[in-house]
Amino acid sequence: MTAARFTGISLAALIAATLASAASAQTIYVSNEKDNTLSVIDGKTMAVTDTIKVGKRPRGITLSRDGTQLFICASDDHTVQVFDLASKTVVHNLPSGEDPEQFALSPDGKSLIIANEDSNIVTVVDVPTRKVAFQVDVGVEPEGMDVSPDGRWGVNTSETTSMVHWIDMEKRAVVDNTLVGPRPRYAQFTKDGSQLWVSSEIGGTVSVIDTATRQVKKVVDFHIKGVAKDRIQPVGVKLTGDGRYAFVALGPANHVAVVDAKTFEVKDYLLVGRRVWHLALTPDQKMLYTTNGVSGDVSVIDVDSLKVTKTVKVGRYPWGVAVKG
Amino acid sequence: MTKLRLPRLLNSVSLAALGALLLAGAPGAGTAADAVGEIRIGFLSQTPEPPPSVANPDEPAADDGLAGATLAIADNNTTGKFLKQSFVLDSVEVAPDGDAAAALRELAGRGDRFVIVDAPGSTVEALSKLPEARNLLLLNATAPDDALRSSACAANLVHVAPSRAMLTDALGQYLVKKRWPRWFLVTGRRPEDKLYADAVRRTAKRFGAQIVAEKEWTAESDVNRTAESEIPVFTQAKAYDVLVVADEVGEFGDYLSYRTTDPRPVAGTQGLVPTVWHRTHEQWGAAQLQSRFKAAAKRPMTARDHNDWTAVRVVGEAAARARTADPDRLIAFIQSPDFTMSAFRGAPLSLRPWDGQLRQPVLLAADRSLVSVSPQEGFLHPRTELDSLGYDQPETLCKTRGKTTP
Repeated sequence: MTAARFTGISLAALIAATLASAASAQTIYVSNEKDNTLSVIDGKTMAVTDTIKVGKRPRGITLSRDGTQLFICASDDHTVQVFDLASKTVVHNLPSGEDPEQFALSPDGKSLIIANEDSNIVTVVDVPTRKVAFQVDVGVEPEGMDVSPDGRWGVNTSETTSMVHWIDMEKRAVVDNTLVGPRPRYAQFTKDGSQLWVSSEIGGTVSVIDTATRQVKKVVDFHIKGVAKDRIQPVGVKLTGDGRYAFVALGPANHVAVVDAKTFEVKDYLLVGRRVWHLALTPDQKMLYTTNGVSGDVSVIDVDSLKVTKTVKVGRYPWGVAVKG
Repeated sequence: MTKLRLPRLLNSVSLAALGALLLAGAPGAGTAADAVGEIRIGFLSQTPEPPPSVANPDEPAADDGLAGATLAIADNNTTGKFLKQSFVLDSVEVAPDGDAAAALRELAGRGDRFVIVDAPGSTVEALSKLPEARNLLLLNATAPDDALRSSACAANLVHVAPSRAMLTDALGQYLVKKRWPRWFLVTGRRPEDKLYADAVRRTAKRFGAQIVAEKEWTAESDVNRTAESEIPVFTQAKAYDVLVVADEVGEFGDYLSYRTTDPRPVAGTQGLVPTVWHRTHEQWGAAQLQSRFKAAAKRPMTARDHNDWTAVRVVGEAAARARTADPDRLIAFIQSPDFTMSAFRGAPLSLRPWDGQLRQPVLLAADRSLVSVSPQEGFLHPRTELDSLGYDQPETLCKTRGKTTP
């Protein structure tokens, strides 16, 4: 009796859980830089279900750790908006410093580190108190941001200075700098934190940096038949959690490169929309979404088959993308 | 940044004293400069007086050009502080009839091994030939003369501004791509207009366009009052697609649009203009440079500002990449195939070793909109599409520079 009931409950729970995951599926959020809107895509139907007005020139977006809120860099409003996903409203603004472009959330979800592109500063905001914790000076046009999985390092790339600035989050200071290829746009740590991958838009390369020594250990180069070398301009980078792939958005080359994250060999180039900028993986790592600025759409890539399965039209100049699981 | 007025007294400084100064500032001081990481950049500007006939509704700002160099020094220093390098700009303004050579000697005496020259081509050429300039790197920031890149090319001279040939090629590629290959060429009366017209003719030949009609604008009357009656008569020509105008100082070119006999667009020095920079340009991060400049100078960035910004950034980028403040090593690095830099126009900039010209994309802009960016798609080149603009290696007339392939 007890055993039977137990089975019944667990079966019901299992069914409920399966239903819930299928029903909630995934929701994809895309910031449209030139429309001042957010496009909401249903991950199951791949249809845009909502277009929501947000602040001016929305660029970088990222989910809160609990997945209930979306942080939006409203660059021309000089603020980071905190958007509540359930009520679809901006609940408050965070003090971001001038012209925020990209940001990264610390692993504990409490610190947001923000690149202030026009003022050569990185602002670190304490999310719970909504106050600026500290600011540090970095190079010209800070852009790419990430925080190491152990929370020790905040990193920032500066585009005109062409460096990675290593911010010791405890000391609240830049303690090291790594020179990379011209115009570094994006930085991402590997899941174990041992490497930092940095794209260089004008250099046309991705630098893999050893976190322990802060030295470049590998430079990944790209060659696409029929595409001029100077049109290959890497921007967004996404690493799969299993350490298998690095996906690199190649800007006006209109391709996403698939890099073997262990051997650093480029395995494939996937044709996507025009001027592919940023990337986001689903939490289950099965799908990759790309924002294509010039064609105003999002490409959907199946990670297992490495095929582009769908293109979804969004607003003008889609920039940032985030996926809620 | 120090701004020095050019003292008339300088003319009387003895050659011996100058020589001593130069020795102190030149190679021997290199090691000292290396230790402190200070890089001094001279900025020599000379603005010719516009002819009285030109009514310019947009009076150029007093710091046109210099404001770009100043911002670039700040940019260099922001990067430099992570590399223990500091940059100083020594700026000197030479009167239209002033002594540019004396100004150059003054800058060299201060230990400036890099001198940005923002001056007419004749001044650039004269300066490059001075014995005191032999150890310097002169960066021609604004003079578009193709002669400076051919018969007058020099090992100590690099060109940041695109040449006239590059500008007209950039325009020509677009007009040909639009299938507007029949051009009516209207040339002003000044020598530089003739040079621009020569460049347009060369472009037409290269890209398969035809100059179907040509006229010279010689009217002496106040065009502001007479344009409506004169221009329809003047522009009676056989069938053409585009009126291409060569009027560098802007004497009459702005009056052509809407007054031609046939309804045709105007391009060249007015109308649709090839340029390095435009206030509506925002791609490739340009919006950031625009807003940074506007915050500093309280006005939009001009093409002249941008050329001077780029010239100072060439030195800064080289110092960061080569990780040295040693001028000799920097001068060699800038001219090596390893040197590239970003200047917010998409493709990386680098130097053509055969004539010292900086390769670069060229914008095509109308008054309030960016129309296109050249090189246009389809104008292929085995090395880089950027070399489809201007004089390519096989056609260069420069004999004094090395011809090694980049």
